[in-house]
Amino acid sequence: MAFVAAISKRSSTVRGIKRPSTPYLLLIPGLSWLAMFFIFPLFTLASTSTQTAPEGADTGTYVQTFRLANYIDAFVASREQFLRSIIYALIATLLALAISYPLAYAIAFKSGKWKNLLLVLVVAPFFTSFLLRTIAWKQILGNEGPVVTVLRTLHVLGPQSGLTASAFAVVTGMTYNFLPFMTLPLYASLERIDPRTLEAASDLYANGLTTFRKVTFPLSLPGVVAGTLLTFIPAAGDYINATLLGNPKTKMIGNVIESRFFEIVDYPTAAALSFMLMAAILILVMAYVRRAGTDELV
Amino acid sequence: MPINSPLSPETRALIKAQLSRRGFIAGVGGAGAVGLLAACGTKGAKSTAAAVVDASETEKIVRWANWTLYLDYDDKAQNYPTLEAFKKSSGLDVTYKEDVDDNNTFYGKVAGQLKLGKDIGYDIVTLTDWMAGRWIRLGYTQAIDTDGVPNKANILPALANVGFDPGRNNSLTWQTGFAGFGWNKEKLPQGVHSLDDLFAPANKGRIEVLSEMRDTMGIIMQYQGVDPSGAFTEAQFMNAIDFLKGKIADGFIRQVKGNSYKEDLISGDAIAVIGWSGDLFQLATENQGKFDFAVPDSGGTLWSDNMMIPSTSTHRKNAEMVMNYYYEPAVAAQVAAYVNYICPVEGAQAEMEKINPALANSPYIFPDATALSKVKVFASLSPDDETKYQSAFQTATGN
Repeated sequence: MAFVAAISKRSSTVRGIKRPSTPYLLLIPGLSWLAMFFIFPLFTLASTSTQTAPEGADTGTYVQTFRLANYIDAFVASREQFLRSIIYALIATLLALAISYPLAYAIAFKSGKWKNLLLVLVVAPFFTSFLLRTIAWKQILGNEGPVVTVLRTLHVLGPQSGLTASAFAVVTGMTYNFLPFMTLPLYASLERIDPRTLEAASDLYANGLTTFRKVTFPLSLPGVVAGTLLTFIPAAGDYINATLLGNPKTKMIGNVIESRFFEIVDYPTAAALSFMLMAAILILVMAYVRRAGTDELV
Repeated sequence: MPINSPLSPETRALIKAQLSRRGFIAGVGGAGAVGLLAACGTKGAKSTAAAVVDASETEKIVRWANWTLYLDYDDKAQNYPTLEAFKKSSGLDVTYKEDVDDNNTFYGKVAGQLKLGKDIGYDIVTLTDWMAGRWIRLGYTQAIDTDGVPNKANILPALANVGFDPGRNNSLTWQTGFAGFGWNKEKLPQGVHSLDDLFAPANKGRIEVLSEMRDTMGIIMQYQGVDPSGAFTEAQFMNAIDFLKGKIADGFIRQVKGNSYKEDLISGDAIAVIGWSGDLFQLATENQGKFDFAVPDSGGTLWSDNMMIPSTSTHRKNAEMVMNYYYEPAVAAQVAAYVNYICPVEGAQAEMEKINPALANSPYIFPDATALSKVKVFASLSPDDETKYQSAFQTATGN
């Protein structure tokens, strides 16, 4: 909304009152896209979420009865997977931040002529499909794969234990898959920092750590917020990693929605869960952004 | 044994009895579907689209969705020999896709389009009995014109008249098979013959079971002394669910999945599975006999997959040519020699003698009464029970 206001303000000052409608015309493609592929499905989803199956109906047939208790039933049945999704996504986000920050810092400040090459390398995994990359992890971490073989030889792992089909593998897979979403915004905000502010800090006898704590990190906060959001949101709804790298005890809410929709053909519960996931993410994100004090970014 | 009848009369009677038991609900379901139309539900009501116009004359194509490892494949040439021969002789361009990994998932993907009468991208789909029954009940299939498929007469008598499709007007059996145990012979030389063998402590975390509820649950129920083809009670089903839950909670079961268990067997992540007969024999052939299959001592399950022409297909006549071709005994034998599932075509056993005499005697391709006495067909479920049991199964497997 702030975006719309900013544009309209600018156009009225630059162009006067001559063509005030131009910015609105420019918004039409974007808004109609949203209306068609977001707002309309959202209404359908909301309508589906309160339907129930009439007695004796065939599989997949539901009629509207405005049964709000669908939400309670769905939550009670899947609260475990809900909580697990939030926790896994949180861990993956923190891991991605811990890995990406030094990486983005190095690219922004220390890479010199290698900067562009390094950035291409960060984005390079995107050139292959998400699914293929996750399946590759399955091979790499597999019971007869190189990593496990080495760890077994070193007696880090027992002869019977493995790395895949575990919570460890799911979180690792998510961290890896969403890493570029963290790295790129971090790089963008670090790269924008005026080097003179860092010089000023050292002129004032701040050591490296203090400079980072008082100058670099606060200035990179927009990148941290953007990166964590871009990682956390898709991670919380992800089900590919849990499907391929997890076991029945590491299923996430995305898996439940998939199974309700495809396996049980229980559209109302799937819709209610999707809505609750959306609401949960929205609430968490709003609380986070408010706390980070960067409302103007979102 | 007469050449044109590979199954003994007792065997035929047995299959027929099992197949018709699942049939009773089809009639009930059909009546229900009409009621639904009036109720005007938002989803799943009979397809209301106008009849499609067949474009077979002008568009020489057929698009076929099937399960993985389900058609003879030549590794060197990277193609399907019988399909290549058909393409040459018929001039039709057949697009064959291994797009079905799970009945429910496939249904979920195309159900919306079927309901709206929009092309689902396939002219032949290959689905398991109970799902085939749902499609036919909901009007999502086209009648197969017998004139276009004269070889339909070659279907095994036991399969010719099933409850979910009397007279086989809308479906034609593709393959029939067993669900049972598959294992890695290097890791488990003693084999897996009971659920106790499967869940032996040494296999902990390296066992996978099928996401096809009827197969996994059918095997567990028989282990518990319950006949899954009969009128079992909800409590009996839930007992079996508790057994499954326990094995998952204790970390015995690594994953619950469809066809893709075969990749985990190859990679060594899984060493014992509840799987499908033909898959395991093919894996064994491709991996120097590393894998084996057995029907559980306490009993396995029997199922069939059926070719159907979706209501949205505009290439019915072409699809019928494909069906007719695969019901030629010689072609069916060629497919059976590769896929190792039970061949539904009469006369194929005689043809198999010419290709591979050992396979012609395989109880897994041309089963006799003894082999069939060890397996059951899972009972037909009413839509309500199906939802309830499927839901319990999904919850038990972590979803």
